[in-house]
Order: sequence, then C-alpha cells, then structure tokens
Amino acid sequence: MILNDLSELAARIPDGAKIAIPPSRSGVAIAATHALIARNARGLHIVAIPTSGMQADMLIGAGAVQVMESAGVTLDEQGQAGRFVAAVKAGAIRLMDSTCPALISGLQAAEKGVPFLPMRGLIGSDLLKNRPDYKVVDNPMADGPDPIVLLPAIQPDIALFHAPLADRRGNVWIGKARELMTMAHAAHTTLVTVEEITEGDLMADPLRAPATIPAMYITAIARARGGAMPLALEGVYEADSAALAAYANAARTAEGFAAWLADAPGIAAA
Amino acid sequence: MEYLPEELLICTITRLLEGTGHIAVGVSSPIPGSAALLTRALSNGKTGVTVLNSANLQTLNDGAGELFDRAAQGRIGAFFLSGGQIDGQANINLVGVGQYPQQDVRWSGSFGSAMLYYLVPRVILFREEHTRRTMVDQVDFISAPGTSPPEVYRPGGPYALVTGLGLFHFDKLRARFRLTSIHPGHSLEEILDNTGFGFDYEGEIPITPTPEPDRLSLLRGPIAAEIADPYPKFAAAIFKS
Repeated sequence: MILNDLSELAARIPDGAKIAIPPSRSGVAIAATHALIARNARGLHIVAIPTSGMQADMLIGAGAVQVMESAGVTLDEQGQAGRFVAAVKAGAIRLMDSTCPALISGLQAAEKGVPFLPMRGLIGSDLLKNRPDYKVVDNPMADGPDPIVLLPAIQPDIALFHAPLADRRGNVWIGKARELMTMAHAAHTTLVTVEEITEGDLMADPLRAPATIPAMYITAIARARGGAMPLALEGVYEADSAALAAYANAARTAEGFAAWLADAPGIAAA
Repeated sequence: MEYLPEELLICTITRLLEGTGHIAVGVSSPIPGSAALLTRALSNGKTGVTVLNSANLQTLNDGAGELFDRAAQGRIGAFFLSGGQIDGQANINLVGVGQYPQQDVRWSGSFGSAMLYYLVPRVILFREEHTRRTMVDQVDFISAPGTSPPEVYRPGGPYALVTGLGLFHFDKLRARFRLTSIHPGHSLEEILDNTGFGFDYEGEIPITPTPEPDRLSLLRGPIAAEIADPYPKFAAAIFKS
C-alpha cells in the first residue's frame, strides 16, 4: 500500500512498539523518524540490526525510547551519540547490550519460525552476564562438553527502513543491504520509505528481483526523497558530513538537541 | 628514510599479518586497514582483504551477518579489535567505565567483538593511546574475554597488542602479555609508567624496526590511494593523497 505521506506512516507505529532499524549505511529512515517524533511516540523498544547512530540518538533525545537493544550506538567519525550517552548516564533507558551477530541470529530465528538459534562466542563476557534471556546449553551433537549460547528469536512489531526504489505493487528494491530482507521476513509489520516509485514490476526484472523484497512482506510504503539524509544511502547518495557534524555537536546537550529538532525541516514527504 | 608515527604502526602491524589468508577490517580502523592492504600488496595474491563500510574494498553482499558467518566457518584469518580499556588478561571493554548499566562513561558498544574475538585466529589489538587510562589492571566491563576455559570452543583470540609505545605478544597459556619491542624514541620505563597491568619482559628489549623503505614507497603510493576510499580524511592527513 502506498501512503500519502510520512505522518500516515508514523501513525502506524504504536507507542511501545518493538522496532527494528538498520545500520547507518543500509537505508536509515531519517525522514520517517522525524515524523515519528512529531507524532510524539513513546515507550519504543528499538532493536538495532545490529547497530545504530543518528536515528536511535534522535529517538532517545526526543524521549521516545524505553529500551535500546543493540551492539553499538555511534555517530561514527562524528564521535559519540550524545543523547544516547546522556540517557545511559541518567538511567533513562533500559539497555539490552549485545553483539552484532547475536542480533542478526535472533532475527533469523524469527525468520525461520524457530524459538532460538545457537551462536559461538559470548561465553565469559559481561554481555552474557547481563542478558538473562540468553541461555547457555551443552551442545547435544558433541561427544564431549561443548557449551554454546542460545539466542531467543527477535520478532519485531515493526521493521522501519528507507530504500532506493519501490513499485506500485509494493515490491521494494534494496540493493546489497540484505539485512533489510531479513528484517522484513522477521517483522510483523514492515514500513518503508523510498526515494522513487517506479511504474514497472521489480519482481519481473531478473536483474532487480534477487535484491527486491516481495510486496507480501511490505505493509506500507511512503515516498520520501532524500529520506535517509544526512546519512548515506549506498549507491544513491553519500553522507552529508557537515550536517552530521552539526547534529553531533547539537546532540551533546539536551538544549542543543531541542534547538536542532526545532530547526529540522519538518515532515518532508513527497 | 623519514617516516611518521602512523607509518611505523602500519609497518609493525603488517609484520604481524604475514601469511594470512583473509583479513577483515572493521569500522574506524585506518591504520589496521592500511596494514591489511599493504599485506595484500606484498602477498602475491595470497591474501584477501575486506574493509567494512568502503565502496570498493567491500567483498560482501549478503548483509550484515555475512562477515560473522565467514568468521564462524574459519574463513577470516585476522581481524582487529580495540578497547576503551584493555587489561593484562587481554579482556577488552568497549562499553564503558563504572558500574554497568548506569555508567559514568559510556562508549558505543561491543559491536562484533563478543563473537570475532573467539573465532578469528589472529586478532590484533590496536590502541594508539597507551596510558593507565586505557591499559588497565582489570576492565570495568568485559565485552569479550582474552581467554576461555578449555571446554569453550575458541579457535581464535588475541595474538598481539600494538600501541603507540610498543608491541606485545599474548601468551594464551599464561594469559599474559609479553613486551616484544619498544617503538623508537620510547623506553621500557615509559611503558612501565603508563601500563596499568603487569606484563612479561626479558633482558634487552629490541627496538621496533623502522619502516622498510620499499614498503614505505608502496604505502605512500598505491596503498594511500586505496585507503582513501574508506578513510579520505586519514589518507589526506598522512599521505597527502
């Protein structure tokens, strides 16, 4: 379904939803995040697949986040995510710290409809110590003792991301960002913003179909030109370093962030 | 031949990578990334390199999980990790300082360390800042431990630690670092003063070899051009490219 604007998309994300979001180069729905903040979302459980940056920081700064589940929150070369760091220090968000492959495995378990997937590593870390939902079992296939961690399936209520192209049937072309495919397969509802909407059928194009999420996984699409800016959209546009630096600087304080948000270009839907 | 401190570090790491089949480089790692590319250039096609978040040095196309699948299969020979804190047992902390979760200092998070540190055979710890703030007796939070009990599946782990002051190798059985060489212009006293953990050393400790002139030329030519893809600021600052 093609929506009229980003506020319609944001209205489909209820307070308290568990939302899966992609890493900084894979198609981060920044314009939709502004819309979500504008609708005053609260109590969100963010699951970064497997890390986040500006998007998580914005939502935290706006008071929309209750739980932050990720392997890292960083503004990359622009340094620390100021609102995330402040919220951690204040105890304002609940942390579910993890490691990249564990988040992906959790999502893949949901994709496969199984309750967990095993993963090597983690044993002896303080990550494991602080995740009572991660269980260590003895590998039943091994001859001798072989402890291994089981990661529970992560089924997001919502997957939210930005992609270069969709068609009117609701198929979405994602290029190389395959984690978006996993997110769409795992999530109950998938909401996507796109740069362009084509009149053709992406699934009928043999070159594009392998990197296309079929419409049956996509709940709703809204057009948002430059919807990932100032972050990069791989193959479409590069990151705007000056704008990211301005954000990083503003997000160091609550006042700076509030002023940045007030100056933001509003809900820029096509 | 004159050289910059960064070039010494790149050439030091390159000597640690010799003979590696495939080297993966994570985010924010221009010095390890340059060393990986230099190793590839010297390898006669034997070494492959993947640099995450680059346009042209990216070899993966199956999403954020592919690197980890490859590591779990034993297809990654070397990787680089760092830490806000690194301790004498090679435990690394990428999470923060103080009592978790409401810490006084919070960093970004553990990223892939809690898997890759176990599975990649030659993990090189790299942290330029060598002070008692970074090289601590015991980390405040273990993102990934330096060693594991024998029953834990662990083909990988810490191989060496490179800092701005020297090069250490890690002895897995003793779970201790051994000082291998001291970078030119620095001293054992300086390293002892700035290290919060105990480590082994013996007799007259060698000085880290200065960059080989042929490798420096390679570095300043083709490698500088390659590393400008993921790290344009670094390439401009160090190699003026």
